[in-house]
Amino acid sequence: MGEKQNNIDIIKSMRRKTLRKSMLNYGIVIAAYAVMQIMIATGNISSLLKGLLVPLCVYVIAALSLNLVVGISGELSLGHAGFMCIGAYTSAFFSNAVGNTLPDLPRFILAILIGAAFAGVFGILIGIPVLRLKGDYLAIVTLAFGEIIKNLLNVLYAGIDSHGLHFSTTSAMDLHMEPDGRQIIKGALGISGTPKNSTFTIGVVLIIVTLIIVQNLINSRNGRAIMATRDNRIAAESIGIPVTRFKLLAFAISASLAGVAGVLYAHNLATLNTKKFDYNTSILILVFVVLGGIGNLTGSIIAAVVLTALPEMLRFLNNYRMLIYAIVLIVIMLFNWAPASLDLRSRLREKLFSKHKSEKREEGEQDGNS
Amino acid sequence: MAILEVNRLSISFGGLHAVDDFNLSIEKGEMYGLIGPNGAGKTTVFNLLTGVYKPTEGIIRLDGKDITGKNTIEINKTGIARTFQNIRLFKDMPVLDNVKTGFHNHYSYSTLTGILRLPKYRRVENTLDERSMEILKVFDLDKEAALLAGNLPYGKQRKLEIARALATEPKLLLLDEPAAGMNPYETSELMETIRFVRDHFDMTILLIEHDMKLVSGICEKLTVLNFGRTLAQGITSEVLSDPAVIAAYLGE
Repeated sequence: MGEKQNNIDIIKSMRRKTLRKSMLNYGIVIAAYAVMQIMIATGNISSLLKGLLVPLCVYVIAALSLNLVVGISGELSLGHAGFMCIGAYTSAFFSNAVGNTLPDLPRFILAILIGAAFAGVFGILIGIPVLRLKGDYLAIVTLAFGEIIKNLLNVLYAGIDSHGLHFSTTSAMDLHMEPDGRQIIKGALGISGTPKNSTFTIGVVLIIVTLIIVQNLINSRNGRAIMATRDNRIAAESIGIPVTRFKLLAFAISASLAGVAGVLYAHNLATLNTKKFDYNTSILILVFVVLGGIGNLTGSIIAAVVLTALPEMLRFLNNYRMLIYAIVLIVIMLFNWAPASLDLRSRLREKLFSKHKSEKREEGEQDGNS
Repeated sequence: MAILEVNRLSISFGGLHAVDDFNLSIEKGEMYGLIGPNGAGKTTVFNLLTGVYKPTEGIIRLDGKDITGKNTIEINKTGIARTFQNIRLFKDMPVLDNVKTGFHNHYSYSTLTGILRLPKYRRVENTLDERSMEILKVFDLDKEAALLAGNLPYGKQRKLEIARALATEPKLLLLDEPAAGMNPYETSELMETIRFVRDHFDMTILLIEHDMKLVSGICEKLTVLNFGRTLAQGITSEVLSDPAVIAAYLGE
């Protein structure tokens, strides 16, 4: 009887721990949102910061989605900007094509779903052949994918008229549209006139949704299977887990979440082109994940926010801006991974933890006395 | 009827006959030992049985079903689970989750159920936790359930690997050098555990081992391999007194 109670206690405390971890992330996001709202309401916010709010949400979502691939499934993707690009283009195309025939909110929700779906499909298409291989092939293929998508969209022309959709990869003239036609994707000029539906509130809601998806996945049967394939592929196969399928699952979900980040990005700008979705952005997102701690969602959120806001906040330093930025990167890296720092942190945690524990014990004793 | 039936199993890598004309028949509930000097092909036999390698020749039957040439995942689903010579745990996951992962194909719900936390999620997770704790209890690991698997001491990691394999509810359990790196005390404790597993789970066990005390202590039958060929086969005490076996182990 006592044994059973003991088991229940262990499981309960494990569940509490995971719950606490998840709630911490929701708490951080909601608290940050509340602070920003108060700052906006009281007018204590610079226009610079205000303009940064939606991009911050974009990068947080992108970092969380990449962490699902890098941290949870243990693969490396160097083309996450490519998936953002697909989400951005498909959703912006949809929003422009539909125009005012739908009210703003339902249209934007549909746009998000479309962006996520297309990015997810591309994730599956890339994942099916590549994730069968052992090794870092995914990194190479996604790197190429990001560049290919960018270049393809650079020469893509598309429009809509009474006959439906027209596509061309040569010029706007080749679309052969009726006089009532509207050109939406204009080659290297991209898409302009996308409705600016992205708001800070929607961005935060999308971050919460992303967190729910990623965290609930990690703490479920299939999430465990994904992490098992990461920790030991051979052992995972030996207990009957289809490794490729679960790597693909993680990659597809991650790609569609990156697509969502792209949708949010596209609906925040008057003009959308492929310049922003290059190799540098993919690496930047990876930097957020690595500096935040691989597999650590809280870290990804904080790193994305700090490292996106920092260069903007440091603008007054002019030429020294990027120098400071680089130093901050190095300091964070040391704090996260240097043995001395790890040691210090674990000692601090122990101190805090044991203090907490002994206080509890004292309380318990007092209860017993009274 | 024999639970595992292996006929004329062979595999060659290039010109090397790693396993040649290997025959084996294990009855249900039997404790069977596979021994031999280093490089004799013992682990290769395990890899053939679990589908890591495809045999160049021969047939493997589990419980009457032909499993020759199937992949590891299918073979595990049919009923063979194994442990590894060099421990392969999911190191960054808690001890409990290692066992829960073993139940993967027995208690399932969809990805969406997991993400949306539908009622089925709670139900299945409760059962999983309960059953995993039961297995951990058998191996005296229940108190360490919340620790990361990689932080367990060596002997317990070995036990956890067996626990995880048992969670797949196999008909046949393969143990690859379960006592490797253990001190005599740990080894005798492990012998007790293996015996208990056989009785408690009604398990058939095939094990590779170098520790002769363990082999003679718990194995009812033995097969001795040398250079990929079967040197002797039969009742443990008879095999171990076979002059050819003694020669292979001690040299002539």
